[in-house]
Amino acid sequence: MIKKNFFFKGYRSIFTHDSPAIALTCCFIAIGALFKNLGFNIQESIFSTVLTYALPGSLVMAESMLIGASLLNIFLAVWIVNARLYPMAVSLFPLMMHKSQPKWKYYFSCHFIAISAWLIMKSNYKNIPKKHRIDYWIGIGSATVSVSVIGTFLGFSFSEHLNKDMMLGLAILNPVYFLCMMIGASKTIAVTLSVLFGTILGPIIYLLSPEWSILIAGIIGGTLAYLVGEHSVS
Amino acid sequence: MSANIVYAIIVTSLATFLSRFLGALTSEGIKETSKVFKWFNCLAYATLAALIARTIIFPAGVLADASYYSRSIVVFLSLFVFFISKKNFVYPTIFSAICMALINNYI
Repeated sequence: MIKKNFFFKGYRSIFTHDSPAIALTCCFIAIGALFKNLGFNIQESIFSTVLTYALPGSLVMAESMLIGASLLNIFLAVWIVNARLYPMAVSLFPLMMHKSQPKWKYYFSCHFIAISAWLIMKSNYKNIPKKHRIDYWIGIGSATVSVSVIGTFLGFSFSEHLNKDMMLGLAILNPVYFLCMMIGASKTIAVTLSVLFGTILGPIIYLLSPEWSILIAGIIGGTLAYLVGEHSVS
Repeated sequence: MSANIVYAIIVTSLATFLSRFLGALTSEGIKETSKVFKWFNCLAYATLAALIARTIIFPAGVLADASYYSRSIVVFLSLFVFFISKKNFVYPTIFSAICMALINNYI
């Protein structure tokens, strides 16, 4: 089963000085307030946070419901927005694969793939023996989901007290935190260029194709950065 | 629970889980030292950077109520705080929320 000491080591990563707990809580406070305004009850709000656990996907669902989109439209819109989770999974799971670990752990814990948990794991995996990285990862994921649920509950409960300025403050906090984390993670030429190219290409391609801009920018920017990185190494 | 809301939540979670699960399945044949892994690593970072840049420049939801200039000023000042605080993640994050509320209220 799950090795407890590595699980709790992962869980405690949310309490470190550079933890995403504050950013994550604030984002889900905003999401909780949004759900309440959309007519969700508290159970539905928490159900959505636990099952989806991806901020852009939740926002797309909320926007789609506001305009009365069909379930198929919601599925496609969310799938396109969250397709970024595929390369994130492929660039993380090989670091945790170990033949002694059962596969259900990997299939179950892929649900925890999100920017915050992914960046924490990427920063810390070298300090954990490969055999136990999956348990550490499940700890990180459980911690970030717990924080998200608390944020959703707070946002739902106190939505009447959140004025426009407070909501704006909560909304800017998340991209700023992740931008800082991405810059902090830029330690090789390939990763630095990936972040730089993605930042430049994302908004430019958005002008041409809003739906596909993130994926196209990721593929073009990431491939260019990879080629330059490989060239510089060789 | 309203049936429509529950269906929307289930559909959203399935659409989200699909990418995660396919990623976990694909990973089984990839070694962490392989070129494919390095390429996917670059794709992941570039995709995330594109998402963050798009969120700041073309935001959806409540952030769209703030002007482009106020969002840009907040991001640049927060990055300045990030670098002078020796790349601490918490100070610029808290600063950005306070700064955005102040700029939007007084400027």
